[in-house]
Amino acid sequence: MAVPKIWRKIPEYYNLIGKLCPECNAKFFPKRTVCKNCGCTRMQDYKFEGKGKIVTYTIIRTSMSDPEQEINEQAARNIPYALAIIKLKEGPMLTAQIIDCGDSELNIGKKVKKVFRKILENGPSGVIQYGYKFKIDK
Amino acid sequence: MTVGIISWGSYIPRFRIKVEDIAKANGSNPEQIKNALMISEKSLPGIDEDTITISVEAARQAIKNIDSKKIGAIYIGSESHPYAVKPTSTVVGEAIELGNNYTAADLEFACKAGTAGIQICLGLVKSGMMDMALTGGADTAQSKPGDPLEYTAAAGGAVFVIGKEDVVAVINETVSFTSDTPDFWRREKEEYPSHGGAFTGQPAYYRHVINATKNLMEKAKTRPENYDYAIFHQPNGKFPRRVAKILGFNEQQISPGLLVGYIGNTYSGASMLGLAAVLDIAKPGQRILVTSYGSGAGSDSFDITVTDKILFNQKRTKKVLDLIKDKIYVDYSKYLRNTQ
Ligand SMILES: [Zn+2]
Repeated sequence: MAVPKIWRKIPEYYNLIGKLCPECNAKFFPKRTVCKNCGCTRMQDYKFEGKGKIVTYTIIRTSMSDPEQEINEQAARNIPYALAIIKLKEGPMLTAQIIDCGDSELNIGKKVKKVFRKILENGPSGVIQYGYKFKIDK
Repeated sequence: MTVGIISWGSYIPRFRIKVEDIAKANGSNPEQIKNALMISEKSLPGIDEDTITISVEAARQAIKNIDSKKIGAIYIGSESHPYAVKPTSTVVGEAIELGNNYTAADLEFACKAGTAGIQICLGLVKSGMMDMALTGGADTAQSKPGDPLEYTAAAGGAVFVIGKEDVVAVINETVSFTSDTPDFWRREKEEYPSHGGAFTGQPAYYRHVINATKNLMEKAKTRPENYDYAIFHQPNGKFPRRVAKILGFNEQQISPGLLVGYIGNTYSGASMLGLAAVLDIAKPGQRILVTSYGSGAGSDSFDITVTDKILFNQKRTKKVLDLIKDKIYVDYSKYLRNTQ
């Protein structure tokens, strides 16, 4: 990913900053400039608390193909890892890794909370991307 | 003006490896190593954890209890900053949403960069330049496979916010003892540090910790028996116990802040996490002595008195002891994956 794009996404990645529609109160993540429900264009920044539930998940056991060479061998070393669709407490759903847990701790419906982790290294000389992953909320 | 710690936060990665498993890989006798180093297991980072993520998690704990908008400075001390050029401290500032009106820098002084940060913040707040300043010490310590360091080099960190209002632990005095002593080093572009073996003991650790602590007690007009807790830098279980004995502190005073046996040496995080573990349980009025040690070499020593404001933070802050207990064991191959 190009450096300007990484930089623009920092609020989203670090602190789950999405958008709130001041007209109909709908909340969105990732952020959008026009409300999907009412067409309002005066969207406001909104910080999601970072708590939610696992809607569904899968265990990745084979490394992703990497045509653009964006994912270095770090991702391959990470296998196996859990990838989940998470429904945030405030409504929106997102896809994120569930980390630091054994297979037995993973379940649909399990409560999770955000943590701050390394996402991608962009090779040994690239910018390191940080952002949200989730762990089981005990 | 009363200046001191107004909040603190800790973080230890969840993964642990037992001394037995490292010894097996090296063909060494685990009992011999356990006795020599007085350590049974150590923490290690997840594959996606580094000094930045550890500092952010600890900082997020620390700012739960304060009005973080008043923080005017961030200093993060480490010898494993992920970038050679590009600060750790700015990522922490962004992750705790400080805005842009703060100053920041990364610090490096082997294992004592975190306590150097406390002294810098103390100066900034005492001089009236700002109301609050945040400093942390964190590391994902590197060690060459097969090196004795492999049994202790661990991951973790703690963050302290220094301020003048609602002080939970007053810093009464601080002194340092510093010299040019090449006991442990890592050259630019080298992956692992080198060390002087036995030379890391007497002329390095002991000389600096003893002198800094003695000078502090002289300045504060205190004696070992005036302290409820004492924390010494803990590269292994032996050094801090021995230095405590030489200085006249007993096991009860040092054991609450002596974490190395359970998590290993978290380098820049070590004395900081020890202090955090003591603040987690200290009662108002109790007195704490902390002496760090950084190779190269120097020690910072602090005389601290706990106030009744600490009870509020203790209820809300994640405790070091709980972080120690919440663990997943990994074997040597997973350990290598996560740390190489
Ligand atoms: Zn709307």
